[in-house]
Amino acid sequence: MFYREAGQFKTSYKQYMQAFPIREDRIGIAIWLAIALFYVPFFGLPGLEYTFAMNAIMIPVVIFTITAIGLNILVGFTGQISLGTGAFMGVGAYACYKLTTYFPDVNIIIIILASGFVSAAVGAMFGLPSLRIKGFYLVVATLAAQFFLEWCFIRVEWLYNYNPSGAIEVPQREVFGLIVTGAAAEPATRYLMVLGFLILLTIIAGNLVRGRVGRGWMMIRDMDIAAELIGVRPLRTKLSAFAVSSYYCGVSGALMVFVWLGAAEVESFDVNHSFLYLFMVIFGGLGSITGSYMGAAFIWTFPILMKEMGKRLFDIDPIIMENVSLVAIGALIVFILIKEPHGLARLWQLVKQKLRIWPFAH
Amino acid sequence: MKDTTQGYVAEDGRHIGGVMMEMKNITLRFGGVVAITDVSFDIREGEIRAIIGPNGAGKSSMLNVINGFYHPQEGEVWFRGKKRPSMPPYEIAEQGIARTFQNIALFKGMTTIENVMTGRQLMMKKNFLWQLLRLGPALDEEVKHRRRCEEIIDFLEIQAIRNTPVGSLPYGLQKRVELARALAMEPKLLLLDEPMAGMNVEEKEDMSRFILDVNDQYGTTIALIEHDMSVVMDLADRVVVLDYGKQLADGTPDEVQKNQAVIDAYLGVEH
Repeated sequence: MFYREAGQFKTSYKQYMQAFPIREDRIGIAIWLAIALFYVPFFGLPGLEYTFAMNAIMIPVVIFTITAIGLNILVGFTGQISLGTGAFMGVGAYACYKLTTYFPDVNIIIIILASGFVSAAVGAMFGLPSLRIKGFYLVVATLAAQFFLEWCFIRVEWLYNYNPSGAIEVPQREVFGLIVTGAAAEPATRYLMVLGFLILLTIIAGNLVRGRVGRGWMMIRDMDIAAELIGVRPLRTKLSAFAVSSYYCGVSGALMVFVWLGAAEVESFDVNHSFLYLFMVIFGGLGSITGSYMGAAFIWTFPILMKEMGKRLFDIDPIIMENVSLVAIGALIVFILIKEPHGLARLWQLVKQKLRIWPFAH
Repeated sequence: MKDTTQGYVAEDGRHIGGVMMEMKNITLRFGGVVAITDVSFDIREGEIRAIIGPNGAGKSSMLNVINGFYHPQEGEVWFRGKKRPSMPPYEIAEQGIARTFQNIALFKGMTTIENVMTGRQLMMKKNFLWQLLRLGPALDEEVKHRRRCEEIIDFLEIQAIRNTPVGSLPYGLQKRVELARALAMEPKLLLLDEPMAGMNVEEKEDMSRFILDVNDQYGTTIALIEHDMSVVMDLADRVVVLDYGKQLADGTPDEVQKNQAVIDAYLGVEH
């Protein structure tokens, strides 16, 4: 009744090929965007304290969505698996730190976008083994990248400017007179900044996966031999996926340290985080950008909401709740993956499909 | 045997041109196993060429040699008057050779139209920067190729499944989508590996009609492997017969059918 294609006629391929061909989808996206842009920065989330909602939920969720989109390009769209995401984010963060040390006057937005390229180069380099090895063996190769880069983050003191604590501490930077990094930055400013990055990178990812580049990635994923016989160059295609994916991870890593955490050590980029991002992608839906949003939001907020609920409703110690939520999230992942291996994105798609023909069954 | 060096007129009056592809004394081994032994034949412009033979005769291997997926140990492949060096499959695709597979090799995660669009991959030239903007030239290019793909979809009568993921399509339709994908490459030479395997009579008739239409409308040269003899004899202009990797006969369907070696090896010896 509210969600129908009927009566919406497409008169050109341009209209037919747009990202959301159904009008109701476009309205839905506009509403989400309006909430994210005009409600959240001023009022936070309903029922939660404002600073907590921004710092513990909204800002990290937005940043991790960028990570999830990046990882999804590699895992979901190209079918190459990676456990080095955390380290690639680290490369972005350390690159951003070094760049802003050398060029303190350059706009931090440009520095963050540039640090993504460092990460992309490193990612493409560690993507080279993917030409020869697949599946589990590639996992091991990317795991090697993870540990090697972690080692660099500790041992190469140049990376953290020989700081005795071994951590990078984010200097204060301003964009158009607004403080965006460091302790003095307002949550709303920081949130809007990461949201800007997310919107830009989502549009780019959406454009790429719908065009020639994305089709090349999916061809490699679905049937690499046929792809090669059709004219896809495996080397170029796989490395471009690694590079683009690592670019996203690098930018999100830089944002994570500069805009969210304010300071970071090697623990922020360890293999546990790599697993967390992989969960987001798999749980949200492989090969779906919407799924990356859902996966990142769910995996990150679920334990926090569990803790809050336990405290408020049943007066349970948050530490116990934290462990309970770990168990619950594990069980949930197993359950969802058995019931719907394509993740939350597919569930959402099914709901929409049912809605299109509602109230009829077929 | 009919002399075919200068081109010839087919039974139905179509004029068949000069040599497009020539296989000269091809021998292909996998370790100790000899898959193809000293096979020579040619494929001519505009021709429908069939390769037949019992199971394990080396037909698919032959197609893979033409396709550049296997590199023969001995012999030469000549394409359009030039000896073809051993090159990766994607470069051979650039030369205008497309194929379908015996066991359907579609991109299962993508829809029909996306699968057909993959055939245009080589023709899309706009660089990465335009691709990520998806504006101006990149979008124009996408629309242009989309229009062409929709024409092919119309041609093969698969409009209704345009937006269906191919993994959920029935077998006969998947075969047709695969043909559409190969046609989207606008090939000079189209290789069909058992295009009618596992189909019922109606689907076979449809597919035969499409093959003839492709040859007729686009002037595409076709080389096909098929087990259904009535189909082969109806469609093909010339037939090459393989058995245990050796060439038994080469000629028009009538000639091949009368060939004693073919009758013995292929249709069985009378005891």
